[in-house]
Amino acid sequence: MTVATDDLEILLERASAGVAFDGLHVAETDGEYTLETPVNEWTGLNETDLRQALESADEYVTNWRYWQEEIGSEGTARRAFLRWCERAPVTDAEPDEATTGPWSDGDGDADADGDALPVHERYDALRDGINREWGQLSITARFVDIDDPDGERVYDLWHVDDAGTDLGDLEVYDDPRDARDLATYDEDGRYRPLKTAPTLPGGWTFTGLSGDELVETVEFFYPATVANWHRELRGNLDVDHWLETAERQTGIYDVIDELPREAVEWMVEACCVDSQCLRRREWQYEEGDDLDVDGGDGPFPCREPCSLVIAAARKWAILESESERTYELELTTSELNQLEELIDAVAEGHTDEIREADVNDGANRYRARYLRAKRFDDEGDLEATQVDE
Amino acid sequence: MQALVIAAHGSHLNPDASDPTYAHADTIRETGAFDEVREAFWKEEPHFREVIRTLESDEVFVVPLFISEGYFTEQIIPRELRLDDWDPDQWESDGTSASQATLEAEDVGKTIHYCGPVGTHDAMTDVIIQRAETATEDPNVGDGFGLTVVGHGTDRNENSAKAIEYHSDRIAERDRFDEVTALFMDEEPEVDDVTDYFESDDIVVVPLFIADGYHTQEDIPEDMGLTEDYRLGWDVPSEVDGHQIWYTGAVGTEDLLADVLLERAADAGADIGDAREAVQKLAASVAETGADSGPEPNAGAGAGD
Ligand code: SF4
Repeated sequence: MTVATDDLEILLERASAGVAFDGLHVAETDGEYTLETPVNEWTGLNETDLRQALESADEYVTNWRYWQEEIGSEGTARRAFLRWCERAPVTDAEPDEATTGPWSDGDGDADADGDALPVHERYDALRDGINREWGQLSITARFVDIDDPDGERVYDLWHVDDAGTDLGDLEVYDDPRDARDLATYDEDGRYRPLKTAPTLPGGWTFTGLSGDELVETVEFFYPATVANWHRELRGNLDVDHWLETAERQTGIYDVIDELPREAVEWMVEACCVDSQCLRRREWQYEEGDDLDVDGGDGPFPCREPCSLVIAAARKWAILESESERTYELELTTSELNQLEELIDAVAEGHTDEIREADVNDGANRYRARYLRAKRFDDEGDLEATQVDE
Repeated sequence: MQALVIAAHGSHLNPDASDPTYAHADTIRETGAFDEVREAFWKEEPHFREVIRTLESDEVFVVPLFISEGYFTEQIIPRELRLDDWDPDQWESDGTSASQATLEAEDVGKTIHYCGPVGTHDAMTDVIIQRAETATEDPNVGDGFGLTVVGHGTDRNENSAKAIEYHSDRIAERDRFDEVTALFMDEEPEVDDVTDYFESDDIVVVPLFIADGYHTQEDIPEDMGLTEDYRLGWDVPSEVDGHQIWYTGAVGTEDLLADVLLERAADAGADIGDAREAVQKLAASVAETGADSGPEPNAGAGAGD
């Protein structure tokens, strides 16, 4: 591995003001240089000595160039995310000084800096590619030139379920905007209005993306997740709780703040759990009044009820304004059980997994049709009588 | 750094509702006039609520991809963007003359130039005419033709009709078409009776809607009698009561709309260089080759929630 002459020239230019980055320290006083890496230290160098010494600290030099000269943008979510992708300390501090961030108590992958690698370990790993998961996305950071790395990184992206799939079997993309189309429909061709629903289909790969392109692509798959992750990391994620959000609504959504507290619990259980959404619900009923339902373990923080939940809440607010009645209807015990199985199958979205001939399953289509034939009247309604009038 | 945010409605039910937003955003991306271009939605993601924080630029130009001033542009968008000091009076508008207001987004501390909607900008008049040219594949269309701009009419928004009338008046003033009329779906004069309002044999019908969907691809074609059933499609032109009806589909899908977005931002102080020329050239070349002329029946049908 060699350090490009350009890199050295730029580094020398910067040395007078002092360079301190990812373990590399270069300083100049009156034409005398000091150079320090975690493994070595040189003092009293003239310019020629410095050039020589830098050649032996090549990893630190190319790493410095990539981050400070090419990516730049210190303090931005974009840079923090790219650092996270290669397990660099996202805070730009020394690995052992790095704060771990709020995710450190989660599982390993969700960790921000807890598993950060120092430069030489990262360089080894970048030759093979460093993998990270972001929701259903698998991201690999790697060197462009694996045999003779010059610090230049590129990024590949695919569905986590395609990790073992041969690249040749995947559709290859390189334009971030293609992610919009890939995220539009699920495997069965149904529209996905909630981008963080765990229904992203696979079969595609983005290869050789630049850092900027990677962030753009990720943002098309999971809008605003990078920005909110970064805020959470820095401890300034702003959360809008249910009541606050509900009371803000106008027009046809004005009614949602009338949704009973109990119904808000049912709503989050229906919509905001891990099986339905990759966001981890951070919002509660109101500040200091937590909902009983757990917010989930999703990788992305959810800072306020989304538009889908707001739209559904409107429906439930209207439905919950109806009063309860008592009905009498004839059912065998098995038929009652069957109703439970039917509701469960629809709620879990597994009706199409029930085999045609599996008549033991209450949500089997023939069983449902039989129940309808037997218990519905000529108008297609369940034969039930209201008894509390 | 400056960013452009295109604020549109989007849909939970119909994925095609956001197509024009993406298309115009991409056109503007290509011009390189903005460091960042971002789509934002009421019903899709990124939501209005979160979009500003995804930007690195300090100067943000927000242009609503809506037809008229009213509930969305005056209440929803500013509220959701957290423009706490917003007041509709800052636009000093009579319903069609909103230009821009400069505000702070409270959660991010950025300067937001909040622009009037695309639908009421003067340049929209040209887009409507371009739409007529694209549909007839005739850059000189006018002589012997009537043109009608069709709007929704009173639907929770008193300004909606104003925008339609504003552009029909402006087109009429140009004396290019023999007759020009504003028609509506939900109020008089109604688009159902389109042929009653014209003597010209040929009538171009331009719906002032942002996206093709339920109204432009089902309701209006059936109401006008272009087709018995929208699923069967229709011809452009179609004969109705002895008139040729040139139905163009939603004006919002016209390529030139990107130019209106740029103008809105430029009016608010954005530095857009020669991006407008680039967009106009692109739109003209598309119109000439007829690459996307006419509506596609059956495309994007679905309830616009
Ligand atoms: S409100 Fe619930 S469903 Fe919507 S994004 Fe947040 S966690 Fe997911």
